[in-house]
Amino acid sequence: MTLANKRVRTGTYFLQGNEACGEGALAAGCMLFAGYPITPATEIAEFMAGRLPRAGGIYIQGEDELASLGMVLGASAAGWKAMTATSGNGICLMQEEIGYAAMTEIPCVIVDAQRAGPGTGIATKSMQGDVYQVRYGSNGDYSIIALAPSSPQEMFDLTVEAFNFAEMYRTPVFLLADEIVSHMRERVTIPPAEKIHLIERKKPEVPPDQFVPFRAETPDGVPPMPSFGDGYALPVSSFARSETGRPTTDFKNQDRLVRRLWEKIENHADSIARVETEGLEEARVAVISYGSVSRAAKDAARNLRRQGKPVAFMRLITLWPFPDKQIRELAKQWKAVFVPEMNMGKMVREVERVAGKFAEVFSLPKPGVDMHTPAEIQQAMERMFA
Amino acid sequence: MNEKTTTEKKTKPVHPVLNHFREDSPGTPHLWCPGCGVGQVWHFTTKAIEELGLDEDRVLWVGGSGCTGRMCTYWHKDFFHTLHGRALSFATGVKLARPEMTVLVHSGDGECVAIGGNHLIHAARRNVDITLIAINNFNYGMTGGQFSPTTPSSVYTSTTPYGNQEAPFDLSTLMKEAGATYIARWTTVHARQVINAIKKGIQNKGFSFIEVLAQCPTQYGRRNKLGDAVQMMEWLKANSIPKEKAEKMPPEELKGKFIIGELFADTRPEFSDYMRAVAAEAARKEET
Repeated sequence: MTLANKRVRTGTYFLQGNEACGEGALAAGCMLFAGYPITPATEIAEFMAGRLPRAGGIYIQGEDELASLGMVLGASAAGWKAMTATSGNGICLMQEEIGYAAMTEIPCVIVDAQRAGPGTGIATKSMQGDVYQVRYGSNGDYSIIALAPSSPQEMFDLTVEAFNFAEMYRTPVFLLADEIVSHMRERVTIPPAEKIHLIERKKPEVPPDQFVPFRAETPDGVPPMPSFGDGYALPVSSFARSETGRPTTDFKNQDRLVRRLWEKIENHADSIARVETEGLEEARVAVISYGSVSRAAKDAARNLRRQGKPVAFMRLITLWPFPDKQIRELAKQWKAVFVPEMNMGKMVREVERVAGKFAEVFSLPKPGVDMHTPAEIQQAMERMFA
Repeated sequence: MNEKTTTEKKTKPVHPVLNHFREDSPGTPHLWCPGCGVGQVWHFTTKAIEELGLDEDRVLWVGGSGCTGRMCTYWHKDFFHTLHGRALSFATGVKLARPEMTVLVHSGDGECVAIGGNHLIHAARRNVDITLIAINNFNYGMTGGQFSPTTPSSVYTSTTPYGNQEAPFDLSTLMKEAGATYIARWTTVHARQVINAIKKGIQNKGFSFIEVLAQCPTQYGRRNKLGDAVQMMEWLKANSIPKEKAEKMPPEELKGKFIIGELFADTRPEFSDYMRAVAAEAARKEET
């Protein structure tokens, strides 16, 4: 059995979302998983503990979330693809290291199986409360990528994509699942290894004496990344630094550095950000949602369309960077947009920012535990057809 | 230093550590106060690397925050300047991915046992092949001399104006209980012994803990009237008792003294070696 076969279990299976995420990580070439047990993400750790060593990788259980992400970043700086999985509470603990990873541009994948909060909240119930903390949680300013799966199939697909984005943009990437998607079981198809497109980080093309560690010479704004031990005398520190890695307090340098960290993602938002749409024709009313809630929203939109009430359905596959362009273009034809989400109204603010000029934006909040039913979303939208 | 009399042979003397010093280091030549013990340990570390003849491209220096945490940023090869308290976690990740690298961590007493205390005991328990050189100068120097978990009771720091109310940790004893497989404690006075201990630590396949008691004349020394750097080193020397001698002394005579020497050595499976062996076995089983 080849290593590729150990990593890619091609076939169709009935899998739990968290298991599908583990399969995705293996297929993407993850070599180290470090995590701390937490509901509802633990199945990912259990899966990796069993499967990763057989595929040549290492599973290590951190003494806490801080240790776990630290180990992930260490392994990634040494050249391995690495991942951790936790819930919102764990993300709180990891925030300093998330900023460190953004600043030092160390690729990593962080799975957040969101649970009901605030605080300890309800470990076994869902919420979409972390959409801001993964975007804005650490100090300073940086951009980040966050993907929101809505099915076990996407737990597989988007985990692979998360690794690809992490490598491509040298950034932490979040797989922002929620308890419902993590624990749901559905049919998952794992394609043959050769059909899975994998991206590896750029390595320097110049010898060490000509290498400038943080100089981005390509339009993508991403500097090539050697690993520790490659002989490049890598200076890795989260001090504000010049292109050579020298710490500096200079304004011009700070301006150049922070702008680059921001722009290397935000300037590529159009190619990174993806949405799923359905029933756009003639629709003047739309529903925008993400993650598990989008399953109910899709039902609601379909039901209304069957009744002759044209409602557009849009699902955000990428939460960050926010799909401004895709929404702006469609919103011009809309008069009302409904945003059901399992929190008190968070991404609705982004929708308002982009679509608010064209359409009236309504928040449909629900603070976790129970997901919206299709009927609830349907009822809210029906009044637009009265 | 003896200067040569012939003017044509007179070249600018180069301090031996500069051969390992990063040219574009911040705050050139370095940020430590005059008389600080951290610079000495920087020298001892490079000496140990030289004497072992290590390929410096495969030697990673890791640090966190504070005066000691900054040591890595002057190393001319790969360095990993991580977050306060987390140096050992980052170092563990590197070691797992690149077992052929020598991974050295320098950490101060505040960092390694206060904010990083959990990682410290667990790195020792796992017996990851990392050498931790802990510089214990009994206080947080960088932030202005606050008390740390190793500050002796009743002494003065900027946050113990009435004398320290807490009891200090004995780091080397803590490390023995946690599972480190090589433990030594010396002071900055013991240059040769520290160099040898670092060499042994690097050669030990497992978690090595080398505690170096150091003077902080600017903060700790000043507040406790211990004098300048030289006087503080004399104080360290006068209060250090070799392990062999200490074993024969009654406990009351050891109060306030520092027991120095090679305190402990043991052999047990190294974490990443063991993980790899287990994984290879699992993969082999799958093939059959």
